[in-house]
Amino acid sequence: MNNYSTFGTALHRLAILCYVVFALFPLFWLLKVSVTPNDLLYSEGVRMWPSRMSFEHFRFVLAHSAFPVFFRNSLIVAGATAVIVTLLASLSGYALSRFTFRGKYWLVALMLLTQMFPLVMLVAPIFKMLSPLGLTNSLTGLVVVYTAFNIPFATFLMQSFFDGIPKELEEAAKIDGATQFMAFRQIVLPLTLPGIAATLGFVFTAAWSELLFALMLISGNSAATFPVGLLTFVSKFSVDFGQMMAAGVLALIPACLFFLFIQRYLVQGLTAGAVKG
Amino acid sequence: MASIDIRNVRKNFGIVSVLHGVDLSIENGEFVVLVGPSGCGKSTLLRMIAGLEEVTEGEIRIDGMRVNERAPKDRDIAMVFQSYALYPHMNVAENMSYGLRIRKAAREKITAAVSNAARKLELQPLLARRPKALSGGQRQRVAMGRAIVRQPKAFLFDEPLSNLDARLREQMRAEIKKLHRDLGATSIYVTHDQIEAMTLADRIVAMHEGVVQQVGSPLELYDRPANLFVAGFIGSPAMNFLSARYEVGAGTAGARLPDGTLIGLSSGYQLEEGAPVTLGIRPEHVEMSPGSESSLRATVDLIEPTGFGIILHLGLHGLPFNVFTLDRAALTAGPTVTVAFPPQHLHLFDETGMRALETSL
Ligand SMILES: Nc1ncnc2c1ncn2[C@@H]1O[C@H](COP(=O)(O)OP(=O)(O)OP(=O)(O)O)[C@@H](O)[C@H]1O
Ligand SMILES: [Mg+2]
Repeated sequence: MNNYSTFGTALHRLAILCYVVFALFPLFWLLKVSVTPNDLLYSEGVRMWPSRMSFEHFRFVLAHSAFPVFFRNSLIVAGATAVIVTLLASLSGYALSRFTFRGKYWLVALMLLTQMFPLVMLVAPIFKMLSPLGLTNSLTGLVVVYTAFNIPFATFLMQSFFDGIPKELEEAAKIDGATQFMAFRQIVLPLTLPGIAATLGFVFTAAWSELLFALMLISGNSAATFPVGLLTFVSKFSVDFGQMMAAGVLALIPACLFFLFIQRYLVQGLTAGAVKG
Repeated sequence: MASIDIRNVRKNFGIVSVLHGVDLSIENGEFVVLVGPSGCGKSTLLRMIAGLEEVTEGEIRIDGMRVNERAPKDRDIAMVFQSYALYPHMNVAENMSYGLRIRKAAREKITAAVSNAARKLELQPLLARRPKALSGGQRQRVAMGRAIVRQPKAFLFDEPLSNLDARLREQMRAEIKKLHRDLGATSIYVTHDQIEAMTLADRIVAMHEGVVQQVGSPLELYDRPANLFVAGFIGSPAMNFLSARYEVGAGTAGARLPDGTLIGLSSGYQLEEGAPVTLGIRPEHVEMSPGSESSLRATVDLIEPTGFGIILHLGLHGLPFNVFTLDRAALTAGPTVTVAFPPQHLHLFDETGMRALETSL
């Protein structure tokens, strides 16, 4: 290894390090504020870590706020949305990847079109549509809306994963005696697990952190999701940063767990060895 | 075991016509090889037999039964793909048994069939491995194994060896031949490789631009190519072609080259006197002995020793002309050589490119 490449590697690593620090710093700050006792929050100035740690905010959030309800609501909404969207997107993505059918071009164009509108524009019409159906102020309503908004992108995502699976595998399965659906279920689907994991993760996080519709369609605490709930810390207690951050840290847990669970599929190159090359 | 009948089969992809009426009858147990340049429709034809492509027009029959509308799974054929198409999430044994498992065969029968195939293909030590942990040759064998465990009516091969290196290809070629001898199953085999075609085939089907050019035994195609395309396609290095005019005299016939040389022919042809013809001769049939009256002088452009023999790239009246010889003296050939064409090895094609019909003189 010559000097230049050593230098290049060092530079490369340094750049990555800078990026990681930059990306993770807000999370660190979140954690830091959440364990800083209220009396030290403003009195100690800017420090990297408080001189005394306390979990009082966590205790309060869990025991005396509506946070557990928000948390449960978010879990239901994000989980249901992720599962439904991924299921539908796998089917539609597969169809887009493998079949030619009339109107395919326009269908894709239409799906792209839906992605171009700022969501704010749609709040009023959606509210108007959902309210006679009794779907405002309900978790089901949120799931319906999130599903509708996430399906186009998730479909394209799944389509690209299906595109990556050689068509010949299915053809081989069909010749081996499988029906189209069996080939899909037994050959294609297991190989798309990384894609399914990615889609699940993407939709889950999107639904988990969605604020606009949750705010507009839900009033009152019983059906509020966690991002809406976070705002209650702003109004009720002036801004209680300590509790808000503690709630934020807790809200990170499911997302972290989720990605921990799916990362095995995300990194795995399952198709390796399918075809030569 | 089955016979396969292909009757006036056409294939269009949208407005593009790929096969223009293919007729072919394949007998029970026959090994038929499809050859032809890239894009001539070999794979398309094979995939239509497998049921992976719809038949635009015409009929495909397996064992006398029309199968146009049957799904691949109901045709009971096996196919070996160029890319092998092994299921990456299954190990070798699972790959091979997949077809039997989804057909709900009895467990003992599956085990027996898999171990039988594994023994034939020397795959026993690899049964528990995933495809990605196999070499190219091993993957190829698994693909073969997957085809044979089911004992299908017919085997379809789409360039199964083209991803292997030369030595392995030779070895697998011999194994495929042995396998066919043992199983006697009807097989259709697509290849680019001349030697594979010649060595494996009971009959070769030469295709060009969606039309079957000639069907016959390997030696028929080599000895009596039906037209210019087959003549140029079969054989390596490829046949040399010279334009000439047909001349017939009392008891003799010949082809007059543009420079005036008369090349003697061994028989007469059903051609008009003076008809423009194409004279063909294979590089291995050209003689390099001087002295015969119809011999020609050619310039030496390049000498390629292949070890076994020598390929001489010559210029004959400025046109490229190849000679293959086993005589090592050719290695030191001077700037010009003399070539002669033995009449019994000459091929004559008429203006339309078809083999000219012989007559007695
Ligand atoms: N799905 C398709 N849509 C449109 N055209 C196609 C399709 N599949 C094949 N073709 C065309 O049909 C022709 C024949 O293709 P095919 O794959 O049968 O050729 P081949 O003889 O197998 O060639 P190769 O030796 O390169 O494999 C080609 O010109 C190809 O472009
Ligand atoms: Mg092909």
